[in-house]
Amino acid sequence: MEYQWDFSVVARHLPLLLEGLAQTLRLSLAAIAGGLAIGLVLALMRLSGRRWLAWPAIAVIEFFRATPPLVHLFWVFYALPILIGVNLSPFAAAMLALSVQSGAFFAEVYRAGIVSVERGQWEGARAIGMRPAQVMRRVVLPLALRRMVPPFVERAFELVKTTALAATLAYGELLYQAMVAVSRSYRPLEIYSAVAVIFFLVLFGASLVMRRIEDRLRRVER
Amino acid sequence: MTEAPLLRTEALVKRFGDLTVLDGIDLAVQPGERIAILGSSGSGKSTLLRCLNFMELPTAGRVHFHGAPVGTAGSRGEVRYRERDLADLRRRIGMVFQQFNLFPHMTALENVMEGPRTVLGQPRAAAEAAARAELARVGLADRGDAYPARLSGGQQQRVAIARALAMQPEVLLFDEPTSSLDPELVGEVLRVIRALAEEGRTMLLVTHELGFAYHFATRVLFLHDGRILEDGPPERILKTPREERLQQFLARFTEFGF
Amino acid sequence: MYQPDFTDILLNVDLLARGAWITIALWAIAFAFGLAVGLGLGLVRSSGNRWLSLPAAAYVEVFRNTPVLVQLVWFYYAFPVLTGWQMSGFTAAALGLALNTSAYCAEIYRGGIASIARGQWEAGRALGMGWARLMRRIILPQAVRRMIPAFTNRGIELGKMTAIASVIAVHELMYEARLLSSQTFRPLEVFTVIAVIYFIVIYPGTLLSYRIEARMARRS
Ligand SMILES: Nc1ncnc2c1ncn2[C@@H]1O[C@H](COP(=O)(O)OP(=O)(O)O)[C@@H](O)[C@H]1O
Ligand SMILES: [Mg+2]
Repeated sequence: MEYQWDFSVVARHLPLLLEGLAQTLRLSLAAIAGGLAIGLVLALMRLSGRRWLAWPAIAVIEFFRATPPLVHLFWVFYALPILIGVNLSPFAAAMLALSVQSGAFFAEVYRAGIVSVERGQWEGARAIGMRPAQVMRRVVLPLALRRMVPPFVERAFELVKTTALAATLAYGELLYQAMVAVSRSYRPLEIYSAVAVIFFLVLFGASLVMRRIEDRLRRVER
Repeated sequence: MTEAPLLRTEALVKRFGDLTVLDGIDLAVQPGERIAILGSSGSGKSTLLRCLNFMELPTAGRVHFHGAPVGTAGSRGEVRYRERDLADLRRRIGMVFQQFNLFPHMTALENVMEGPRTVLGQPRAAAEAAARAELARVGLADRGDAYPARLSGGQQQRVAIARALAMQPEVLLFDEPTSSLDPELVGEVLRVIRALAEEGRTMLLVTHELGFAYHFATRVLFLHDGRILEDGPPERILKTPREERLQQFLARFTEFGF
Repeated sequence: MYQPDFTDILLNVDLLARGAWITIALWAIAFAFGLAVGLGLGLVRSSGNRWLSLPAAAYVEVFRNTPVLVQLVWFYYAFPVLTGWQMSGFTAAALGLALNTSAYCAEIYRGGIASIARGQWEAGRALGMGWARLMRRIILPQAVRRMIPAFTNRGIELGKMTAIASVIAVHELMYEARLLSSQTFRPLEVFTVIAVIYFIVIYPGTLLSYRIEARMARRS
C-alpha cells in the first residue's frame, strides 16, 4: 500500500519543534562562547613556551579531539556529579561538555592562525619601529583573526550539529522535541524528515551567509 | 607542392566570450614544413596551436587533417565534434608545453611509455623498448628511472619531447618550449629540436628565440591580434620585414643587443 | 570521598570487548562504503556535467548540513515507514554512517581533483587520452596522495561518530557502556574507562595523521 503522507502532523507539532530549535540555538551559542573562551586559554597555554602550561593544554586538546562527544556528554552528566557532589541540569552538562570539546578544536584554530602570520610581517613591522606588543596588536592579531574566521565558522557549524546529542540527556532541543512529537503522533517519517529539513535550512542558509562574509574578508587581505 | 596539406585551417575563429583571439586564420601545413610562429604576448599563438589539436574547440571555421575536415557540420552550419574523434586526432599530433607538464607520479620512462601503453595499447615490452629509444634520442638514456622532480628544467622538457615522440606523431606542436627555462638550459632543448628538424619532421614552433627560428624554420608566421600578418621564408620575414608591427616586434629584440 | 570500584567493569570485560568489535565493524563497513560511494560522487561532481553534478551536490549538502544523530534516527525510525523494510539498528547505523561519510569523502575527492594543475589534464589530452583514462591514470593517482590527510581525518571523525549508534540500540561499545553504567550504578568508572578505551583506539589515528602531514609538508 502506498504510504499516506500526513504533513498536518508537522504543522500541529511545529510550535514544539520551533521551541526545540530555540533551545538548539541557545545551547549552540552558549557552547560556542564557552568553546571560544576555553580554546583561547588552551591555545595561549600551548604557545606560552612553558612546559608546565603547554603540556596540560596539549593533553586536554588531544584527548578531547580523539574521543566521541557523546562520551563527553555522558561523562559530564552522569560521572562528574559524583566527583563534585552537585547534580547538573541537562543544559549545564551539555554546555560544559560541548564547550570543552569544541574548545579543544578552537584552540588549534587559534594556534594555527597565530603561527600562520609570516615572519615577514613581524620583520616588516619591526623594521618601521613598532614594539613587539604593537606588532602583535596592530599587525599579527588582525591578520591572524581574519584567517581564523573560516575554520572557526566550520567548527561552529560542527558544534551546532553536535548539540543534537543533548537529546540523549533529555535536553529539550530540536531532536528531543521531535522524539516527543513522534511518541505522541506515531508519525516518525514526517516529523524526523521535518527535523532534518529544519536543521538543513538553518545550517545551509547560515553557511551561505558565512561564505559571503568570508569572501569579503578574503578580498580585504589581497 | 602537389601533396595535400597535412593540416589546413580555413577561416579559423576562436573567441573567449567577447574576446576574439583568432580572427580568421587560413593556414596550410605541408608535410616536412617547419613553421616558426612569432608574435607578442596575447597575440593568439598558443590558441592557434591548441586549435590545431583541438585542445580548444574553434568558434568558427574548420580544420582539415590530411584533406578531411574534422568534425561534422550540422544543419545550421555549426560544427559538431565528437570527443572520441578528437582524442584519435590528438594521438597523431604531438604537443610540447611551455611548462613541460610531465606526470610527477611517474618516472621519466613511465612518462614516455604512458601514451603508447594506455592509449595505443602497445605491449609493455615493446612500449618500454621504444620509450628507452626515445629517451636516448633526447640524450637521457640514463635518467629513465628518475622522477620529474629530480630532473632539471631542461631535462624535464627533453623527457616531454620524448613523451610526444613516443606516439609517433605526424606533426609536432611546440608552445614556447624554452620560455620557462634558465638561459643556460635553453641550448640543450633547442639542440634536440634541431635534431628532429634534421629528420625532416613536420613541426610548428612558437618561440621567442629569433636566432633559432631563423636557422630552424622553413617558414615563419607573424601573428598579431589573431591574424597572420606576415608569412614567408625566414630570410624574408626576419631580415626584411614589411609590416610595421613586425618591424616594431623585431626591434624590441635588438633594443638591448650588443 | 568517593571510592572508585572497577570490579564490575572487570567482570564485564567480555561485554565491552564484544561492543568494541561491533564498533570496529561499523567503522570499517561505513568507511569502506563511504570511500567508494564518495569516489563516485566526487567524480560526478568533477565531471562538469551539470545534470549529474547538481543532484550529487544536493546529496552532499544534505548530509553535511544535518546532524549525524538525526540521520541515524531517520534511517532507523522514518525510513522503514517509507519503504516497509524494518532494518536492524546495526544496518541503519551502518547505512547512515556510510552515506554521511560518503558525502564528506565526495568533497575530499572533488577538492583533490580540482587541486591538480590544468597542465596535467592538457598533457593527458594531448596524448589522446579520454576523460576516464586521464582520471584513472593521471589525475586520481596524484590527487589521492594529497587527499590522504583529509581521509585520515575522516576516519577519525567516523570513529567518534560510531558511538552515536548506541542511540538506536546498536550494541557497540558506547551502548554496552550505557547498559553497564545503569546496571552497576558506577557511571564514573564506566564512562571514564570507556573514554580511555576510545582514546586508545582513536589516538593512533591522530598520530598517524600528524606523521603524514609532517611528511607532506617536508616534501612540498
Ligand atoms: N581559456 C581562455 N579563456 C579566456 N581567455 C583566454 C583563454 N586562453 C587564452 N585567452 C586569451 O586569449 C588571448 C591570446 O592568448 P594566447 O593564445 O595564449 O596568446 P599567446 O600565446 O600569443 O601569448 C589572451 O588575451 C588570453 O588572455
Ligand atoms: Mg602562449
